[in-house]
Amino acid sequence: MSPALRVFFVGGRISYRALFNWISPGMYITTMLGSPLFQILFFTYLGRYAGGQSDDFFIVGNAVQVSAMAGIYGMVMGIANERQFGTLSPLLATPANRLAVFAGRGLPFIVNGLAVSTFGFLSAWALLDFSPDPSVLPALAVVVTITVVSCTALGALIGSIGLRARDVFFAANLVYFLMLLFCGVNIDVSDLPGWMEAVGRAIPLTHGIEAAREIVAGAALGDVAGLLATEAAIGGAYAVAAYGLFRLFEAEGRRRASLETY
Amino acid sequence: MARLLAIGWLFHLKNLTNSLFFVLISVLQPIIFATIAFFMFRSGDRPGGLLYAALGAGLMGIWSSTLFGSGGAIQWQRWQGTLEVIVAAPARFLWVMLPLTVSTASIGLYSIVATLFWGRVFFGVPLSFEHPWLFALALPITVLSLGLLGLVLASTFVLYRQASAFSNLLEYPIWLVTGLLVPLSLLPGWVEPLSWVLAPTWGMEAVRNAALGGEVWPGIGMCVLLGAIYLALGAVFMNNFERLARQRATLSLT
Repeated sequence: MSPALRVFFVGGRISYRALFNWISPGMYITTMLGSPLFQILFFTYLGRYAGGQSDDFFIVGNAVQVSAMAGIYGMVMGIANERQFGTLSPLLATPANRLAVFAGRGLPFIVNGLAVSTFGFLSAWALLDFSPDPSVLPALAVVVTITVVSCTALGALIGSIGLRARDVFFAANLVYFLMLLFCGVNIDVSDLPGWMEAVGRAIPLTHGIEAAREIVAGAALGDVAGLLATEAAIGGAYAVAAYGLFRLFEAEGRRRASLETY
Repeated sequence: MARLLAIGWLFHLKNLTNSLFFVLISVLQPIIFATIAFFMFRSGDRPGGLLYAALGAGLMGIWSSTLFGSGGAIQWQRWQGTLEVIVAAPARFLWVMLPLTVSTASIGLYSIVATLFWGRVFFGVPLSFEHPWLFALALPITVLSLGLLGLVLASTFVLYRQASAFSNLLEYPIWLVTGLLVPLSLLPGWVEPLSWVLAPTWGMEAVRNAALGGEVWPGIGMCVLLGAIYLALGAVFMNNFERLARQRATLSLT
């Protein structure tokens, strides 16, 4: 295995394990699964009360959105915690390939996000009579995977900002909640005012959720290829911006000797 | 003692107001949830339910600030190194902690103000209350009862090292089972008995009925009754925590 690949896989795994210095695996799993479960229940029941949309609309929207929890909070912790815990300087003093250091951190959270989303769909099947045609499941898996990767790129961008900002967890929390409003999770984006729809269409998740809803309704993967390409392109743009900021703040931190100052 | 409670409450209220995290959960988060509910009600079959949504989202904010603020109250004092000083003070530990937990519920009042203001300005929510004086009475009593529930949370969550993660887990379920936005009649029958022992259920009923019409006093009465029970339970748990921590010399250990 080349050094860069080793940094990508082993570094990513170690970074993920470092999460558990403040939370036990048991509690992490409970939080990662429990909170999304109740979010799906909450909005599905609220949707029933509000009327206007079917249960599937809220189930799919929220089951896809909860995958962002791992992508956003995880990536923010994976990058910004290096600074908070005082390990950023030693990390950046190594000659390791920066792209491998950066991208490796995302892989465990992508897997994590997929697991959370899968659990969300399974819970909805068990508790809310969500029963899509089994033939759509492979296509749904593709859609969710692309969306999770895209959301992880957004998390990486916020995490990179955390190399400079003082309270990046505030931003992470705010972005996570705003996604519920702007990304068509519980409200069709076409029902939002024009500027909100425009914002929603420029961030990860929105097109992924639209594609997932169409797949569950019976569309083929080819029918949502445009939505998926847009979701992937948006995710790619955020990933490039995140890596650019990571390198910029690294260079700035070195120049001003301010890597770990607040 | 009244002076201790009043000054403690004001001090913690100012302290929490300076926290970005509490600004997020007591102002921004309720506004976001209220906006979601406004859009859902508007595009669904309940365009007239906007005041209902604003009040529900506001109470959701009060619960969140109580849950996160009170759940981690003792742990925070411990991290800041002030727990030993508080326990060593001549005043009873209970009376020092009570204003802190009540203040965590009190900053939730920002939520109600924020969601009503937001709803009025951006969604034209009508702010005409059926019983304005009872609304003015029901709101502080609801906040006080949640603050007393916070005392129970503070004294029990301290037993768990991962109280903050546990708090995350309890946010949505309590929003759901206390009927803050979703009527309890839509939920499975076994949920209702659970809701009876939780002050937010009765507080919401009192506040909502004061605003939209209906019986207010039963909700207020239940908040007072449950508040008294929470205070008694909190006193027992707090004394137990203090006694064990002194005996085992674990006060400053996380």
